[in-house]
Amino acid sequence: MRVILMNDISVSYNKYKFLGNEFLTWLWYLIENDINIKKIAESEFQKAGIDCGSIVFEIGNCIALENSLGDDSVEKISIKGDDPGLEEGKTALKKGAVVTDMNLILRVDEDEWKFNIKGESMEITSLKIPVSGKVEGDEDIEGAVLEKVFLYNKVFEVVDTLFHFFIKKRVSKEWKTVDINGIKEWVEL
Amino acid sequence: MGLLSSSVSIARYRVDGKIEENVMEIIHAGLKQNAITTIEDEYAEVTMGWTPFESNFNPDFEKFTFTFGDFFLFSFRIDKKSVPSKIIQKHVSIEIEKKLKEEGRQFISKNEKKEIRESITDKLMSQMPSTPNIYDVLWNHESQKVLFFSTQKAANEELETLFSKSFKLRLIRLFPFTIVESSDSFSDEERDMVLNLVPANVNRGKVVAGDSNE
Repeated sequence: MRVILMNDISVSYNKYKFLGNEFLTWLWYLIENDINIKKIAESEFQKAGIDCGSIVFEIGNCIALENSLGDDSVEKISIKGDDPGLEEGKTALKKGAVVTDMNLILRVDEDEWKFNIKGESMEITSLKIPVSGKVEGDEDIEGAVLEKVFLYNKVFEVVDTLFHFFIKKRVSKEWKTVDINGIKEWVEL
Repeated sequence: MGLLSSSVSIARYRVDGKIEENVMEIIHAGLKQNAITTIEDEYAEVTMGWTPFESNFNPDFEKFTFTFGDFFLFSFRIDKKSVPSKIIQKHVSIEIEKKLKEEGRQFISKNEKKEIRESITDKLMSQMPSTPNIYDVLWNHESQKVLFFSTQKAANEELETLFSKSFKLRLIRLFPFTIVESSDSFSDEERDMVLNLVPANVNRGKVVAGDSNE
């Protein structure tokens, strides 16, 4: 862990926000191509102590993309709906756009989480977790808090582990020889 | 939206540093000293401070706990007053009319109008009750992580300031760069390679990637 100076923070936020957007774009590629996320990042999940049978992501009800046009102008594409047609999104990818926000459904074994994730900040909003115990009296509060915290942390553990895996891939030689070509082929289809 | 809500938005932080001794006493003192005041300042536009998770309107940290299992959990309350501009406009117009009539004048100068507006705003502000906004803060002291149950920019900025004032610890927001910097999963070499990355574009079928790691 390194010392991060406060004035570096906003500079770093802007300089490296593309990493989060690329991560979401890559995740969309994994989802669309039915790539087994649990399997490809098996060792990372094991290291993170995530012990489960399956981890499945699905695109939820919205996805937003952004394309920098080079002259400080930005083209924004937003696709919404319960079963959104993603062709426009793929067309935008062909033009060089990246995913900036998406609504995701995460299934870990039988449990399901729904949330929006923003690439540049990795913020999670509108997070809905699996059903947990009801609070009927003051004596239930601590138990309910701990159960909810466990379920909130689970989504961060999975997303962070996958993000770490992506970053390791992103700096590897295989990224340019294997992964980016796979994404390119998918976009071209 | 609080921790127990059915839908939540969460900003994440790493705590830069750790309290090594008398942890409970120091955190208890930080919360108590910076708890939201129970006496409303009628002229203050914004009042903010800590309050117990289980008692948002009675900030009594002697009576209510801030420990839940291995976590510290409390709430950050921001009470804000605001008077809708149309109400101010209405009262200013009434006051101007009254002044013109009382003094038999036809015209009010710009400065006089400004004074009337300021005095009306102060008066209405003092009469207006403040609206409380409550955001939960979950602190895992061991892993030095904080979950803040709001992604609103202003609330996050105020949290960072009050947290630092209360506990003498800095909060570092977790986003792609700081996630990499804060994680033990990466070697120094990998971190250096991340620093040299530039955006990769799948642009009209051509891969545009000019990382300086090459």
